[in-house]
Amino acid sequence: MYPAQFEYHSPASVQEAISLLGRLKDDAKLLAGGHSLIPMMKLRLAQPKHVIDIRKIPGLSGIKEDGGAIAIGALTTHYAVESSSLLKQKCALLTETAGTIGDPQVRNMGTVGGSLAHADPAADYPAAAIALGAEVVAEGPKGKRTIKVDDFFKGLLTTALQPDEILVEIRIPSWPVGTGMAYMKFPHPASRFAVVGVAAVVTADGKKVGVGITGAGTKAVRAKGVEAALSGKTLDAAAIKAAAEARSPQQGFLANEFSWR
Amino acid sequence: MKRQIKVTINGVGYSHEVEPRLLLVHYIRDVVGLTGTHIGCDTSQCGACTILLNGMAIKCCTMLAVQADGAEILTIEGVAKDGHLHPIQEGFWEKHGLQCGYCTPGMILAAYQLLQRSPNPSEAEIRHNLEGNLCRCTGYHNIVKSIQYAAQKMAGR
Repeated sequence: MYPAQFEYHSPASVQEAISLLGRLKDDAKLLAGGHSLIPMMKLRLAQPKHVIDIRKIPGLSGIKEDGGAIAIGALTTHYAVESSSLLKQKCALLTETAGTIGDPQVRNMGTVGGSLAHADPAADYPAAAIALGAEVVAEGPKGKRTIKVDDFFKGLLTTALQPDEILVEIRIPSWPVGTGMAYMKFPHPASRFAVVGVAAVVTADGKKVGVGITGAGTKAVRAKGVEAALSGKTLDAAAIKAAAEARSPQQGFLANEFSWR
Repeated sequence: MKRQIKVTINGVGYSHEVEPRLLLVHYIRDVVGLTGTHIGCDTSQCGACTILLNGMAIKCCTMLAVQADGAEILTIEGVAKDGHLHPIQEGFWEKHGLQCGYCTPGMILAAYQLLQRSPNPSEAEIRHNLEGNLCRCTGYHNIVKSIQYAAQKMAGR
C-alpha cells in the first residue's frame, strides 16, 4: 500500500514548522512518530498534500522536573515514557499506561504529543492525562499557550489546537506522595486499542480524585460523577462499587456518545 | 519532489533519490534489494517487517524512507557475523522456532532488541515482548524456547 503523493518538509526548528503550517494551512499534516498518520495515509483515509516531519527537531523530547510539575516533550516516545525512572517514581500511571500501548515496535516510534494531538477516541494517554489533570503546551506564531486537558479534547480526532499550532509539551502536576494511580483497559484483541480504558488517581487521604475514561465515546472524558462519588469517602468495596455506578450528570457519555460505534 | 537520502544498512552505506511516499520496507526490499525483510500485513500489526533503526526495533511498513535519512539500520541479512549464525538464529535452528519461516526475520529482530534490553528474560517477558510479532504456524512455544536458548548462549552458559 502506497500513500497518495505528497510534498515532504523537514524543518529544523519549531518556528520553521509553524511558519510552514501557516503557509500551507489545511493542506499540511504534521508527522511525528507516524504510527497514526502513516497507516491512515496508506489506507488513503488521509491524503495531505504536504507532510511536515517534526520528529528530528531538537529539544522536543525528554522528561524532566520543572517548577513542581513534570514536563514531557511532545516527541518523547511511548518507550521512553514506559522506561523512565523519574516517571516510575513520581507518576507511575504514565509508565503503566505507555506500556499498554500497541507493542514494543509501536512504542519505539509513537510519541506522547502525537497521540494527544491525534485524539483517537480509543487512545490510552487521554484517560491518564485527564485523571492526572495534565496541561498541554501549544506553540504558535504568537508564542506558547497552556491548555488544560479538560479543554483540550473537543471530539472525534479533534482538539483545541489551532491549525498553525504545534503541541510541544505535556505538563503533569505533582501529586502528593502515597497517591494511588492505575490504568486498566479492555484491549481490542487485534489492535490493542482500548475498547474501554479507565485511569484513576486517588490521594492517600481520599480527598482528591481524578478519573479519566477513554474508548467509550467520541473522545476521552472526565468521569465527574464517579469523582464526586469517591471524593472524601473511605474507599471500601461498597463505596467504590457505588461510585463506579454513579452516572455523570454533566455528560451521560455512555448513553449519548456510544452511537458512533 | 524526490529527496536524496543516505542510510547505512548492515554496515554498508547507501544513497538514493526517493519519492517521499516510498515506504522504508519497499526501499529496503525493492531499491536496496535486501528481501529478507518481509511484508506480511502491511498494517503495522504482524511485525514481519521488523528491523532495527538506530538500535530500536520498528515496523518499517509504517515508516517513510525519507524519515530514515541518516539512520543506521540492521536487517536480518546483517545479523550473522563472519559466516557464523547469531545465537538467536542458532536458537531458531536448534529449537525448531519456525515452520514456514515467513515471520522469522521479524521475530529474530524483535528478540534481538529484547535481549539487548533484558539479557535474561522470563518466559512471560519474552511472550509480552513478542506482542508485535504474529506467527500463524508454531503457536509460539518453540519461538519462546529459541529465544531462551539464545539468552543462555549469549550469557555464556
